[in-house]
Amino acid sequence: MLYARLIVMRLLKAVVVLFLIVIFNFFLIHMAPGDPAAVLAGEAGATDEQFLRQLREQFGLDQPMYVQLWRYVSGIAMLDFGYSYRQQMPVFDLIMARMPATLLLTGTAFVLSLALGILAGSLAAARAKKPSGSLIMALALLFYATPLFWVALMAVVLFSVYLDWLPAYGMVTVGAGYTGLALALDVGKHLILPATTLALFFMAIYTRMTRTSMLEASQQDYVKTARAKGLSPRIIQRRHILRNALLPIITLAGLQAGQMVGGAILTETVFAWPGIGRLMYEALMQRDYNLLLGIFFFSAALVIVFNILTDLVYRLADPRIKEAS
Amino acid sequence: MKKPLTIAIAAATLASTAALAEPRSGGVINTVLQPEPPGIIAGVHQNAPTQTVSGNIYESLLRYSTDLEPMPQLAHSWEVSDDGLVYTFHLNEGVTWHDGEPFTSADVVFSTDVYLREMNPRTRTILSHVESIEAPDDHTVVFSLKNPFGPFLLSFEAGTMPMMPKHIYEGTDFRNNDANSHPIGTGPFKFERWDRGRVIQLVRNDDYYEEGLPYLDGINWHIIPDASSRAVAYENGRVDVLPANSVENFDIPRLSALDNTCRTEAGHEYFSPFAMLWMNNREGPTADKRFRQAVMYAMDREFARDVLWNGLGNVPLSAFGSNARFQDDSLPPYDHNPERARELLDEMGYDGEEVRLLPIPYGETWVRWAEAVQQNLREVGINVRTQSTDVGGWNQRLGDWDYDLAFTYLFQYGDPALGISRTYISSNIAKGSPWNNVQGYENERIDELFDLAATAYPDSQREIYYQEVQELLHEDVPVGWLLELGFPTIYRCDVQGLVTTGIGLNDGFKNAWLDR
Repeated sequence: MLYARLIVMRLLKAVVVLFLIVIFNFFLIHMAPGDPAAVLAGEAGATDEQFLRQLREQFGLDQPMYVQLWRYVSGIAMLDFGYSYRQQMPVFDLIMARMPATLLLTGTAFVLSLALGILAGSLAAARAKKPSGSLIMALALLFYATPLFWVALMAVVLFSVYLDWLPAYGMVTVGAGYTGLALALDVGKHLILPATTLALFFMAIYTRMTRTSMLEASQQDYVKTARAKGLSPRIIQRRHILRNALLPIITLAGLQAGQMVGGAILTETVFAWPGIGRLMYEALMQRDYNLLLGIFFFSAALVIVFNILTDLVYRLADPRIKEAS
Repeated sequence: MKKPLTIAIAAATLASTAALAEPRSGGVINTVLQPEPPGIIAGVHQNAPTQTVSGNIYESLLRYSTDLEPMPQLAHSWEVSDDGLVYTFHLNEGVTWHDGEPFTSADVVFSTDVYLREMNPRTRTILSHVESIEAPDDHTVVFSLKNPFGPFLLSFEAGTMPMMPKHIYEGTDFRNNDANSHPIGTGPFKFERWDRGRVIQLVRNDDYYEEGLPYLDGINWHIIPDASSRAVAYENGRVDVLPANSVENFDIPRLSALDNTCRTEAGHEYFSPFAMLWMNNREGPTADKRFRQAVMYAMDREFARDVLWNGLGNVPLSAFGSNARFQDDSLPPYDHNPERARELLDEMGYDGEEVRLLPIPYGETWVRWAEAVQQNLREVGINVRTQSTDVGGWNQRLGDWDYDLAFTYLFQYGDPALGISRTYISSNIAKGSPWNNVQGYENERIDELFDLAATAYPDSQREIYYQEVQELLHEDVPVGWLLELGFPTIYRCDVQGLVTTGIGLNDGFKNAWLDR
């Protein structure tokens, strides 16, 4: 009952927040210099006023700003995200076409980084005073500090150019016509490099956070009590320390999960992964207002949903929060 | 700079010996496309990547050799009347659209007189010289001009004057026609599919009217957004052809040195990209002719070519490039002469006012070039500040004339009346476009001469006018002339017959075949 009320309240707030985000984004985007008609005409290398006027009329950009805003907001209210000026397709279709690729990439990276990060962090905490623990932390620091695009490029140079083990770009082998299991294997092969690249960074964050949080938790009195009871160190690590150390990790995981739909611009660009991050970056460069606003909307909605989910998971992980609210 | 030259020569020799081999059918070519085009309908978009793809789907009446001589395409022969006013084209028979409908002179009349007049700004300007377009029978088209127009025969290129199917477009909204998702042309390749963000695939047109062509079964354009990833795609063999501008310039020597790799600069003669420095003629120090001349003397253009462009391209001798006709190569050159630049600046009393320099946001080479020019200008005492923008911002700044110096490059389209006059005539001053007379140069004599030259007949008469134009421009320096760019295509040597025309890859896959 408490959960239901909480969710309803949060959803109501979410609608207001989303509405504000839509309006804010609308003005933010229109503040950027240039408009999609000028970019399109500019790329053509030749243009006259008639051509620009035709494009602006076609896009509705000849209307006053408040008319454009009203059209956009009333469209959104009916879940109509408009038409991409540049790609000449409905924004909703474009986003949905790219969504699976992005979710596959970011989802894989999310699971990988969370699982491996917590594992590595726990190990590092348990061996805090041993060389192996320091080694884990050194690696984590290295991955945390190295720019993502550099890791991506080096991975391509090593695994695609020199060793030729893995494909350097794309999501499927063009023209191979795979189906079923062969297709899944092919996609999997293409997924390894980008997913690993993306996961390394987040893994490093989870590792560092898990370690710190666990070391802190291990100083608590209840851990001493557990030791005094004669519980095995392994059980103390898992049940008493790790569970209590999870809260900050859940917070971070919630944030990362919220960003999943936004895609990973750098990784998707370097590996030519046909996801949303690339779509967004290109839309920004081309001033494709509707497409950009559509992607912002979905990203914002997802962040809100995951924030709510995070709050619920807090309550599962730590019943004290439920008491407090 | 010796090495790339040797490679180019070796490549050219290799290509010419191998060209003797008998072409073989079959195989698919993998190449890259950058950036992903907004659409691939020839008439709707005029972007470079659109034309690269659509030039293989759509055709025009003619195509052009690397010397820009007209060659037959949809028209097998043509005549020009003695007064240069009537152009008669005889069309090939038995040509069909990709949907099976016959191609006739009615399609030509529709495309030129209706479709392109509405859709293509560049073509619209050319067609303003045309009085009437008539089709006396199914396979003859007659263009009657209001006045002679020298470059008219150069206008029938697939990107400028593509033939569009009348039975699909007549009476519809050309931009929003549902058929735009599936292009129908007469060309050697048919549209197969477009996975946005991944690949555009064309397949062989089995009913193509030229016997035996094309040789290839298909073409895949991979869409890879990152330049170094495109280089890798070539290195590890996933693509066979890297069109010009698909990798950064500093990667070109390395890629050219790979095994089984050829390189050619041919195929851009029709476009002849000409890099320029817009200089705002309206206000600030750049409004003074002496300042603009000083900039010309201050810049070390040979250094830029040799270091930034791998020695490819020419330092221009005049406002007219070497591939546009009527170039006067005897003008006194603006060589690298910082001393002379300082003298000119002293003479005008330049007080060190700040000048803003805007590079064109087309990749790393242009940024480095701006740095080199900035250094050149500082050496002679010009106070330069480089600003940076993205493409949208660059368009806006140029369109609003909010700049002092700005990089750009323009296509010349083989004739001063098509690609050069637009930069200098005062009727082409209008806010909102980054490609017209952006610098705001006004000279009545120049306007008059360009006007006379475009409509003079025959060529010997045009030459006299253009001679004077070049002398005046050379003195006034309305813009800085940087480089005639050399755009290299990198490809595996066993891809044969790839670049055979002055339009290069934009209609190049028709004659290409794989020697494997």
